[in-house]
Amino acid sequence: MGRYFLKRLWHGVIVIFGVTIIVFVVTRLVGDPVKVMLPLEATLEQRAAFEKRLGLDRPIPVQFLEFMGDIARLDFGDSLWQHRPAMEIVFEKLPLTLELAFLGIGLAFVLAIPLGIIAALRPGGISDRSTIFVSLIGLSVPQFWLGLLLIVLFAVQLHWLPTSGIATPAHIILPAVTMALPALARLVMIVRSSMIDELNQQYVKTGFAKGLPFYRVVGVHAMRNAALPVVTLSGWELIRAVAGYSVVVETVFAWPGLGLTAIQAIEREDLVLLQAIVFTVAMTVVLINILMDIAYTLIDPRLKLA
Amino acid sequence: MQNESNLDKMLGDRRREWRMRLGGLLQELWRDKAGLIGVVLIAVLVFMALAAPVLAPHDPTVQDLRARLNPPVWSAKGTWNHVLGTDHLGRDLLSRVIFGSRVSLLVGVAVVLLAGTFGVVMGLFAGYRGGRMDNFVMRWIDTQVAFPGLLLALIILAVIGPSMTTVIIVLSLNGWMVYGRMTRSAVLSVRQTAYVEAAEIVGCNSSRVIFRHILPNLTSPLLTLGILEFARIVLAEAALSFLGLGIQPPATSWGLDVATGKDYIFRAWWLVTMPGIAISITVLAVNLVASWMRLISDPQEREKQFARQMTILKKRGRRVPVLREKMSK
Repeated sequence: MGRYFLKRLWHGVIVIFGVTIIVFVVTRLVGDPVKVMLPLEATLEQRAAFEKRLGLDRPIPVQFLEFMGDIARLDFGDSLWQHRPAMEIVFEKLPLTLELAFLGIGLAFVLAIPLGIIAALRPGGISDRSTIFVSLIGLSVPQFWLGLLLIVLFAVQLHWLPTSGIATPAHIILPAVTMALPALARLVMIVRSSMIDELNQQYVKTGFAKGLPFYRVVGVHAMRNAALPVVTLSGWELIRAVAGYSVVVETVFAWPGLGLTAIQAIEREDLVLLQAIVFTVAMTVVLINILMDIAYTLIDPRLKLA
Repeated sequence: MQNESNLDKMLGDRRREWRMRLGGLLQELWRDKAGLIGVVLIAVLVFMALAAPVLAPHDPTVQDLRARLNPPVWSAKGTWNHVLGTDHLGRDLLSRVIFGSRVSLLVGVAVVLLAGTFGVVMGLFAGYRGGRMDNFVMRWIDTQVAFPGLLLALIILAVIGPSMTTVIIVLSLNGWMVYGRMTRSAVLSVRQTAYVEAAEIVGCNSSRVIFRHILPNLTSPLLTLGILEFARIVLAEAALSFLGLGIQPPATSWGLDVATGKDYIFRAWWLVTMPGIAISITVLAVNLVASWMRLISDPQEREKQFARQMTILKKRGRRVPVLREKMSK
């Protein structure tokens, strides 16, 4: 267990290192950060001063080492847009993104299991076919569009829920549902197929034969085995929610988390803030990955032996 | 002469065999109605993209400020001049939707080809060479899979600036790993088979073994994967364009149109709805085709499907026609 954990940790370090190299190469070698961040009419002196401020006038290897040092100290410098430390902004926004992602994927997970089981109980039946059909549509609808439709329906037409922002607790409902629906469509399919496989196993027949009640056979024995792939994929959904879908959902609902801030940083050409966001999200993702692996070994006793 | 006629006969046989296979495929497609709908929809979309200048009633970029925010034809104030209505600059929405299909399909095809080629080549070499090459490629893939692709995309787009080319490059960079993994595992499973060893003993060089003897075996799983990826790419392009990081105006893209419509969501619902429906139908059609292809190319899935149909028919107390057909053979 300890060795396994160390291995996972090492893998996480490699990923972060990979991110460091990619970000360094893209920002310093492929593009010209000064050109991106300064207005076109900046004078040569201004450019030189700016280069000096960011340390861009030094040789590339020195820059790379400094870059690594900045990351180790979690100090990316001041945001060009808000004129305060970039990490300060990031730590303000991160909880909002995590809140939305956990709530959305949690909702998807909680709904996917009963829906998937109902579909799996009678493969090819009406509930199964309608579940597949609805999930297929859920997979095909773009998330940002889904969010906008929900706004039109529940906020503009029915006036039940607020459109955007974070003023009241009710403000999280629409973004969380938007976050949940595509993930729900994917998870239901997984619950369904792994449950169908489990229900065909001999132990299920044994359970029924010895007179166990229905909910124990399906809800406890079969569910335990079917849950494994579902847990793994929910972890993936969570990662995607934090690192990908949050950008789209937060933009649609003006939810001021890291995703929306990243888009604003791009619009205001604030590479400093963007880098800080990318690194924070990458580290969060690696952390979730490691936690997922640990949770997985706890759920599946077979993995403890290995 | 004798040789030539033999060759002709062989070619004729080949042709007949192909025709039979195609016929069988069409028959199966006819049986799976969902797959059929998908194929028909895709055909319509491709036609729409190719014939866009002929089909579109207006130039998608021409503004007509007197006809701003016209509603679609079926609502009270709609006119046949603008069937799906107009946007805030008086541009014809139907024409924009028709022209938007070009961008989605083009980006989708380009990314699938680029990422697919790169991924397959990397996977082939990793699986065939093994050892250090394999280690390196797999580590690379693991690292990139663990790292969220959209963030990489954001940084690249912020530095280079958004355009259709950047979108294609960014999405390809993020999407090649699936192909690499799948190809490698498939190569590993055929690596030790007799025909690969035979080809090596005969003296084929490694690129011939890889491309002529191993690659053809991977066609059908790769095709299915490519189609699934295509659906994902269409959604990704739409999302990037919606965020303002993809296709830039004055070019048209469905995602871009949804983004402009967002500001008029209270007054002009059709601006957001129509391009969104176009994206959804495209992706749905591709998904339908992909799930049909998975069914017909995977023997295990076929067997499951067959067993399911049998139980359904039995439960309904009907005769089982599929079984009879099998037994008569």
